[in-house]
Amino acid sequence: MPAIEILGLEKKYEVGFLRKTEKVALKPFELAVQEGEIFGYLGPNGAGKTTTLKLLMGLIFPTAGSARLLGRHWRDPDVKTEIGFLPEQPYFYDYLTATELLEYYGELSGMDPTAQRLRVPEVLERVGMTAAASTQLRKFSKGMLQRVGIAQAIIHDPKLVILDEPMSGLDPMGRLEVRDIIHSLKDEGKTVFFSTHILSDAETLCDRVAVLNEGELRAIGVVADLTAQVGGKVEVVWQGEKAKPAVEALGAECRTTASLVRAVLPEAKLDAALDAIRQARERLVSVTPVRATLEDYFLQKLGRKPLEEVETR
Amino acid sequence: MNSRVLTIAANTFREAVRDRVLYNLVFFALLMAGGSILVGQISIDIERQVVVNLGLTAVSLFGVVIAIFIGIGLVSKEIEKRTLYTVLARPVRRWEFIVGKFFGLVITLVVNTFLMSLGVLLALLYVAHKLERGDLTVVVAIYFIVLQFVVVTALALLFSSFSSPLLSAVLAFAVFIVGTFAEDLRGFAAMSQGVTRVGATIAAYLMPNFAALNVIAEAAHAKPVAGNLILFNTVYALLYALAAVAGAVLIFERRNLK
Repeated sequence: MPAIEILGLEKKYEVGFLRKTEKVALKPFELAVQEGEIFGYLGPNGAGKTTTLKLLMGLIFPTAGSARLLGRHWRDPDVKTEIGFLPEQPYFYDYLTATELLEYYGELSGMDPTAQRLRVPEVLERVGMTAAASTQLRKFSKGMLQRVGIAQAIIHDPKLVILDEPMSGLDPMGRLEVRDIIHSLKDEGKTVFFSTHILSDAETLCDRVAVLNEGELRAIGVVADLTAQVGGKVEVVWQGEKAKPAVEALGAECRTTASLVRAVLPEAKLDAALDAIRQARERLVSVTPVRATLEDYFLQKLGRKPLEEVETR
Repeated sequence: MNSRVLTIAANTFREAVRDRVLYNLVFFALLMAGGSILVGQISIDIERQVVVNLGLTAVSLFGVVIAIFIGIGLVSKEIEKRTLYTVLARPVRRWEFIVGKFFGLVITLVVNTFLMSLGVLLALLYVAHKLERGDLTVVVAIYFIVLQFVVVTALALLFSSFSSPLLSAVLAFAVFIVGTFAEDLRGFAAMSQGVTRVGATIAAYLMPNFAALNVIAEAAHAKPVAGNLILFNTVYALLYALAAVAGAVLIFERRNLK
């Protein structure tokens, strides 16, 4: 049984006041996330990731289509006792302490009071917030809020965890910890569905990913299968400068360090580049295939990088 | 009541307490203490009337201001700050959220009014040196004031479900003022003719009748209030509030959260 089945969900908005025009935020598509999977939902900013998650959680209503969550109708409120949700850039009641906040959400999820008393400190420890357990949230940094956000999504031990950009706002250590939490959720047999625009996170974590662009589902699959669709590249290293203009003319990026020239070029151009090096009578040092990343996939298939943050990382 | 509604109501009350809403009590206490000392010195024989009038009017105004200013933000603030997302991601129905928020503010107002009323009674004791049977009307007047708060809170919630916080506040204040003069509006309707009569009658019955809920003058003169007025006012205020909250729920059920 799939944990999430999206059955042709579509969302259109009307924009403008007098002359209304229709804007499509999400085009209808089908998607099934299997139980026990870590599923990455990828796409540039504004692709429709958050719209999809908000639709699934019933925060906004679709113009068409429906979905099933954990085998039940998605509008059944009781299915949410088994779902945990972290919104993008979460904001919580800042007059509560971390413990009070978790107790509040536990109660709303129908948790048994005794189970809850044991569970709250356990979850706070899991997200590394034990020290701040009795601090009011108004004193929290962005990273701390994100951790509490993850804690509230798993407080009631849900079967399905839906996270919107769980790594945003965290420093490298924090991101590593969130990755560990996501891995451990999978080990416990839970399904994790998370959106991100940070591709390296998706590559290290996900069993499968879906790629969304401009409200349209562009691909679903295992990361390796997607990156295999991107034409392979090779790195060629040789000694000497004379062949460089000829290799550059083939569309390679060349970098010179000391006496060595490194060029990265599409596999198809490898023979031509080797010919140019031989003709210049320069010494070939190495030829190495370069593994394509999701970033290459985005650049090639969508014609752009998923976001600015990739460069700043 | 179901446990999710209670949890949300309790949290709303906790928010009001932690946001220091009850601090208004300090001003109120100072006003009552200063007022009664002053009245005790300058008025002869009518100390009781002045203290009751001043005290109950202040209780009413403080409460209405709190009901409107918190009432308009009850739901809109949660949408604005997106704290609502994680609540509605639970097995919480939207109507439970609205009803829980409504009760949370009503509890806050009841506690606030209870404490202010103690102040009024203390001031009364200070100027009259004793409490009498006639002072029971003061208690009835306070009860009616609480009923007013229930209606005002429901209206603020209703207005904020479809308009901006500022406009909601203006609308709620306007309705409160018109409702205070509801008897005059009914009188005007009775005197006018034709279309004006129809329009004024509809308006008069649509507006909440806060005039009927105001027995401060009777309380000041220690006149008794008829038992059936207490019953009628209770039913009226609860039905009116129920209709307004139901309206807010109907609008909120269909709303796309941004």
